[in-house]
Amino acid sequence: MSMLKVKDLKVNYGGIEALKGISFDVEQGQIVTLIGANGAGKSTTLRAISGLVKTASGAINFLGRDIIPFNAQQVVAEGIALVPEGRRVFDNLTVMENLKIGAYLRTDREEIEAGIEDIFQRFPRLKEREWQLAGTLSGGEQQMLAVGRAMMARPKLMMMDEPSLGLAPLVVRDIFSIIRDLKSEGITILLIEQNANAALRCADQAYVLETGRITMSGTGEALLADQRVRDAYLGSTAR
Amino acid sequence: MTEIKRKKLDSATVISIVIVLALYVAVFVAEQFIPATSMLFTVIKKGATYALVAVSMNLLNGFTGIFSLGQAGFMLIGAYVYGIFTIPVISRMDVYQYYNGGLVQFTLPVFVAMLLSGLAAAFLALLIGLPVLRLKSDYLAIATLGFAEIIRALFQWDKLGPITNGSNMLRLFPNFNDFNIRNADGQVVVYLSTLVPLLIAGVCIFVIILLINSTYGRALRAIKDDEIAAEAMGIRLASHKRLAFCISSFFAGVGGAMLAMYQTTVQAKSFTTAMTYEILLIVVIGGIGSVTGSCLSSFLFVACSEWWLRFLDQKQVIGDFEVPLLRNGFRLVVFSIIIMIVVLFFRQGIMGRKELPDLIRQLQGKKVKGGASK
Repeated sequence: MSMLKVKDLKVNYGGIEALKGISFDVEQGQIVTLIGANGAGKSTTLRAISGLVKTASGAINFLGRDIIPFNAQQVVAEGIALVPEGRRVFDNLTVMENLKIGAYLRTDREEIEAGIEDIFQRFPRLKEREWQLAGTLSGGEQQMLAVGRAMMARPKLMMMDEPSLGLAPLVVRDIFSIIRDLKSEGITILLIEQNANAALRCADQAYVLETGRITMSGTGEALLADQRVRDAYLGSTAR
Repeated sequence: MTEIKRKKLDSATVISIVIVLALYVAVFVAEQFIPATSMLFTVIKKGATYALVAVSMNLLNGFTGIFSLGQAGFMLIGAYVYGIFTIPVISRMDVYQYYNGGLVQFTLPVFVAMLLSGLAAAFLALLIGLPVLRLKSDYLAIATLGFAEIIRALFQWDKLGPITNGSNMLRLFPNFNDFNIRNADGQVVVYLSTLVPLLIAGVCIFVIILLINSTYGRALRAIKDDEIAAEAMGIRLASHKRLAFCISSFFAGVGGAMLAMYQTTVQAKSFTTAMTYEILLIVVIGGIGSVTGSCLSSFLFVACSEWWLRFLDQKQVIGDFEVPLLRNGFRLVVFSIIIMIVVLFFRQGIMGRKELPDLIRQLQGKKVKGGASK
């Protein structure tokens, strides 16, 4: 079943068309990735779905509901959480407070406490730093916190914007294993990456975005094997 | 609020509360034995007033990241509302001598009038917040500054005279001295004129502290850190900012009423931009984002400007030696130098972002929120 259906989505910034009508589907329980170069429109797509930017035309359908007119708050309430680009944790709030902000729209206090415990079990490093300000964490820890914070909203769909950006290769591996874990727990993931190699390896379905248009699509494996993708995004030597 | 109750109060918080209560007792005792004319009480009264306004400004500038410079305007509203509604009816002919006794011909109880002061300021904040809060940083500061100037001019407008008394001052309303308990002969039995303002400020600041530590306050701090991320978490920026602006203005209005009581007269022309800057200075010196810092620095600031540094404004002779430079206005020069030193070398202010319980925890050798870094 298609969880998220994006159809003919257009977004303009001033006079510039950032998205020139893209369509893609996200199936329930899958990892779907959008890859592409800088300025291809990847982040814009996520922002449009999150309700952070206005769309010019097109449709976004989530679990059968049209979410185009929704603001950011309503989108979160519908069950779509965003792990923003560059992590964007709240530097001057503690790790604990960051997690609580993630559950901002929830009112079930007991389950929120349980959710925090769950995240601390998943990321013991965060538990150790519970009272530390998020700004003092390392990049990898901040990314864990950003993921944990998004999980606190109990999303059905988690959208991740370049989670591997600026992280050491070892940490990047950790992040992708977290993404796989989330999938095995039934969370659907829409992943945006410049690190096409790692993204395609874990993706069930993948789309290639080029200057506001989708130019290719297929399973992660298929795109990984595709010569054009290898040339443009993986470097020909990639195995 | 329920969340706060559920949290166990740790020893540092308890010690902080005890310290504050002890200070209150000390002030009460001192007031009974030290002559009421002592500078100490002047400083405490004005300090309490400024502390409240500074904390309310800190709520906006330090915790929500809204850089507003309209504080004097909201204080003016508060002071006028208080004055207008508390002048005894028999005195109105004297006060509004050019306006035939004025329009308002009734008197409200002091605390009702104070509440009304806050509400009036908050309501006005709601109105001007609609356009102004769309602006960011410097632009918002300029717009709020302009608003305060407009209010000041408006209240001196002759046509509004029957209500505001035009450019003449409001006076003869109840002031801090009326809190003293007197016997039938009019002699003071129990002095409360310093304790009560300190209590009013204390209660208001306590409410602000509860607010900052609530879910709502956490959302405000998140907005300050990163608006876009906060929005992506589902926090509604516009309504949160508006509410923070109104709450801050409410307490600025109450602070204005207190200032009116402290000064015993109210005149619109004294609520200048310079007053806002004084408050801003207090917030910066105390530490942007620290309630304790704002309170400490407002008492320090008032003590210096009203008391300890007064000697700088007069000719001082030690033996046969006349100290050079000291003359009227030199105090301000020294003040400016202190500010420059603070801004250059102690950018975090006295307290940084720490509160009193954090300091005690540090003394106890426990881990402090945020640690030493940052």
